[in-house]
Amino acid sequence: MGNLRSVQKAFEKIGCDAIISNDKEIILNADKLILPGVGAFKDGMKYLNELDLINILNKKVLEDKTPLLGICLGMQLLANKSYENGETLGLGWIDAEVVKFTFDTQKLKIPHVGWNEISFQNEQNKLFANIDNHKDFYFVHSYYFKAKEDVSISTTDYGFKFTSSIAKNNIFATQFHPEKSQTDGLQILKNFWEL
Amino acid sequence: MLKHRVIPCVLLKDWQLVKSVQFDAFRTIGHPTSTARIYNSRNVDELIVLDIDASLHNEEINTEIITDIADECFMPLTIGGGINSIEDIYKVLNAGADKVSINSKAIEDKNFIKKASSIFGSQCIVCSIDVKKQNNHYKVYTRKDGILDIDPLTLALEYEKYGAGEILLTSVDNDGTTNGYDLELLDYFQNKLSIPIIINGGAGTPNHCVEAIQNGADAVAAAYIFHFSQYTPNDIKFELLKNNLPIRIF
Repeated sequence: MGNLRSVQKAFEKIGCDAIISNDKEIILNADKLILPGVGAFKDGMKYLNELDLINILNKKVLEDKTPLLGICLGMQLLANKSYENGETLGLGWIDAEVVKFTFDTQKLKIPHVGWNEISFQNEQNKLFANIDNHKDFYFVHSYYFKAKEDVSISTTDYGFKFTSSIAKNNIFATQFHPEKSQTDGLQILKNFWEL
Repeated sequence: MLKHRVIPCVLLKDWQLVKSVQFDAFRTIGHPTSTARIYNSRNVDELIVLDIDASLHNEEINTEIITDIADECFMPLTIGGGINSIEDIYKVLNAGADKVSINSKAIEDKNFIKKASSIFGSQCIVCSIDVKKQNNHYKVYTRKDGILDIDPLTLALEYEKYGAGEILLTSVDNDGTTNGYDLELLDYFQNKLSIPIIINGGAGTPNHCVEAIQNGADAVAAAYIFHFSQYTPNDIKFELLKNNLPIRIF
């Protein structure tokens, strides 16, 4: 699923050893889990299925309550389903759908790519400790996460306000790429690591 | 609000960073890893690195150097040059790149773009088009075959249809001249594409970048200005800001 190495080296930068793995034993013994991803939803789910990781992830995250950080596609995979290239079922941990950007009045470009600001929702989540409100983070996506439950911890404006990050119990996820968002991005990874 | 990006674009040749003038007269300007480190410390929006030798000499992609560069980058990194297969894209992404820039291969086989974007997602696929003027018409240019009888806008629209995420549009005539971007080329492309355009080739002053964005570029890439002038990416951003164009300030 793409840029695993970027995520790993960002964690290295903040002094945390992250292991890239699809090994069930390693996943079962992990203190924290990161589900990164660049790529298509369908392929993402296909790999998780083929590697037979879904049961283990369900156990780790839903039963053992291991903290998980989803990034970009890794956030979208948490939803019930996505409409990217047809309908594909996701992990279903969050009641949400992943739908393509459509704009009524403005003709904005898709993908939504580049730096855009995030506005905190409700109170500042611990994922955003030591980060100012309205800072810019790096986005690159054509589909967005449409939550049907109250999990949004930040929104971002691209034609309309969409959910740019979520938190639910031990599950955290960002649509943007903290590993590619310079100092503030690294701070988010640090905050997750220190949870 | 989405910000306009200012993107240093660096060329790789024999393990060195080089800068060209009109795609020729290459000058060595330093070591890739240290350059990447400097750009990272300057908090740039993004970095594009193109290996100009790879496709010309059908060379294997040098993943070692990509890894070295990527290890210094905590901003988005686009790698291009010599991408000829899905396997190549895997290699480059695994080495730490976030996006790949595809040029020659896409001209030969547009289905490659379709295949690549369906596997990796459109956001990962940048199609690079080099443009040269011939008899007052814009034509697609490659270093290997020279001017081709292909209209760059038609090509860009096809790329878009096949799933490209961004177009890196380079004017070969303006490359390295510092006379400004090809605004006429931007005008030719204006409002035609629904995917972002990164304009490249010709920036010599921050005001050139303002002009490019006012003429429809979503992002500006530049090389020469950062290597051979006193201007930094931030100087450009402040100029954009002065002109009420949204940029990222950190």
